[in-house]
Amino acid sequence: MAESVTVENLSFWFGKQQVLKDVSLSAQAREVTALIGPSGCGKTTLLRCINRLYRLYSGASITGKITVGTENVLDPHIDQVELRRRVGMIFQKPNPFPHLSIFENVAAGIRLHGLAQGREVAERVESCLKKVALWEEVKDRLDRPGTMLSIGQQQRLCLARTLAVEPRVFLMDEPCASLDPVSTMRIEELIRELHKEYTVIIVTHNMQQAARISQQTAFVLNGEVVEVGRTAEMFVRTRDERTEAYLTGKMG
Amino acid sequence: MNGKQLRLAKSYLWEVICLLSGFAAMAVLFLILYYIVRRGAGVINLSFLTNLPTPVGVPGGGIGNALVGSAIMVGIGTLLAVPQGIAAAIYLDQHRESRLAIATRFAARVLTGVPSLIVGLFVFTLMVLRTGSYSALAGGLALAVMMVPVITLSAEEMLRLVPSTWREASLALGATHRQTVLRLVLPAATKGITVGIMLAIALAAGQTAPILLTALTSRFWLENLQQPTASLPVLIYSYAITPFADWQQQAWGAALVLVVMVLLLNVAAQLFVAARNREV
Ligand SMILES: Nc1ncnc2c1ncn2[C@@H]1O[C@H](COP(=O)(O)OP(=O)(O)OP(=O)(O)O)[C@@H](O)[C@H]1O
Ligand SMILES: [Mg+2]
Repeated sequence: MAESVTVENLSFWFGKQQVLKDVSLSAQAREVTALIGPSGCGKTTLLRCINRLYRLYSGASITGKITVGTENVLDPHIDQVELRRRVGMIFQKPNPFPHLSIFENVAAGIRLHGLAQGREVAERVESCLKKVALWEEVKDRLDRPGTMLSIGQQQRLCLARTLAVEPRVFLMDEPCASLDPVSTMRIEELIRELHKEYTVIIVTHNMQQAARISQQTAFVLNGEVVEVGRTAEMFVRTRDERTEAYLTGKMG
Repeated sequence: MNGKQLRLAKSYLWEVICLLSGFAAMAVLFLILYYIVRRGAGVINLSFLTNLPTPVGVPGGGIGNALVGSAIMVGIGTLLAVPQGIAAAIYLDQHRESRLAIATRFAARVLTGVPSLIVGLFVFTLMVLRTGSYSALAGGLALAVMMVPVITLSAEEMLRLVPSTWREASLALGATHRQTVLRLVLPAATKGITVGIMLAIALAAGQTAPILLTALTSRFWLENLQQPTASLPVLIYSYAITPFADWQQQAWGAALVLVVMVLLLNVAAQLFVAARNREV
């Protein structure tokens, strides 16, 4: 199910400002790739290129190549709806649909893509909520608004919503940034589970988190990937002195 | 007086000014309501609401045809203006800084400031002169012209309030722009948009000049939409300026009916919104 993501010579501009400079990076299937780097270095932008959410910005331009599975994502003729079903995204701030119930939040994507009908929808919703360990907490109030859950629960709801459309790749932009330590632990546990079936690319500011959950780490600085390596090795012995400075807290 | 006392005095004075201003606005509203009720309540009964007007001095005259005419013309205006206004708002929201959007927004703002008489004259030239007849259709069109910019501007405001994080959630899930607008953004903004529509309806229901120029008036029941049509505001106006006590009193009664109808519409809209919120 999981598909690898390959970024080749990607450059990105907001108007005249170049935000990504000739970025190349390969995320293996069934692995967690962590993106770390100081604020404003372009991590979010890189993530949003992969599901083409950057098209929301006016004045954006892009060159290079991004391959998900075997398909070039930047091909203008690509089926964007299908791409975004295969490449799910989790945001920094949990964003369940405010006008939908807990149940309908998870069902939204299923209905949108016509992935199931009738009773099957409910079964799928249940299984997704179980996967994110939310079922026991919400099974008695599935018809209440998704926004009435705690922030940590909301983020798990968003995970379930994305799981429900059967993506191949998960993009996560600091998914724990607005969560308390306990909720963060639960999300991390989920990510460790998820990567067995999916490809995960996660932006994080938390070095320990990158070390705990990822197999590969890429260090981004001023729009360039200055170092990519196996997480286990990178945190022991970095090759690039800029990464070293960042990791030891001398920068960023 | 030391610094602290001065500060306290200033903030106290400020409070008092705000309170008085708020009170003045309320007082004017209640004074108007009080007068309308006191002078108009006496004539209101079922036959007043359902009868045709009668000549001066003949008892039993009513406002039935004006009530129907107003309802129909406001209805036509609403049917034309609501889809048009919301569609324009969606456009403005999606193409915020495009030239056409900026021009449209500017035009809508100007249009809300154009005297209603001018709107009436415009529709008079456009329809009444061409078809050779005053009509409910022309009246409805004139009201629609007045309602569209109000609905457009208020609806755009409400659409903008829908946070981009929600839209992103929808797009990232694979929804198209159209689906995102129809299934997420519009439902999330329904409450505010409804309030804007109510405002436009209230505005339209009270219009006199544009209706006088497009639908004129009539002392008979409405038979089709292509004939001169009675309306509450025009009836109120034409009765109020006569020297006849019974017509003057009927004008007050009609004014009370108009105010109560607008009020009821607002309450209905509030209930509708509340019911929608519970549905979630
Ligand atoms: N919509 C936009 N329009 C113009 N410039 C933008 C826009 N979004 C981001 N930028 C700029 O692009 C650069 C990269 O931003 P990005 O959000 O990708 O950084 P980031 O690494 O995710 O930062 P953080 O860690 O703070 O989230 C920044 O200099 C930012 O100012
Ligand atoms: Mg970011």
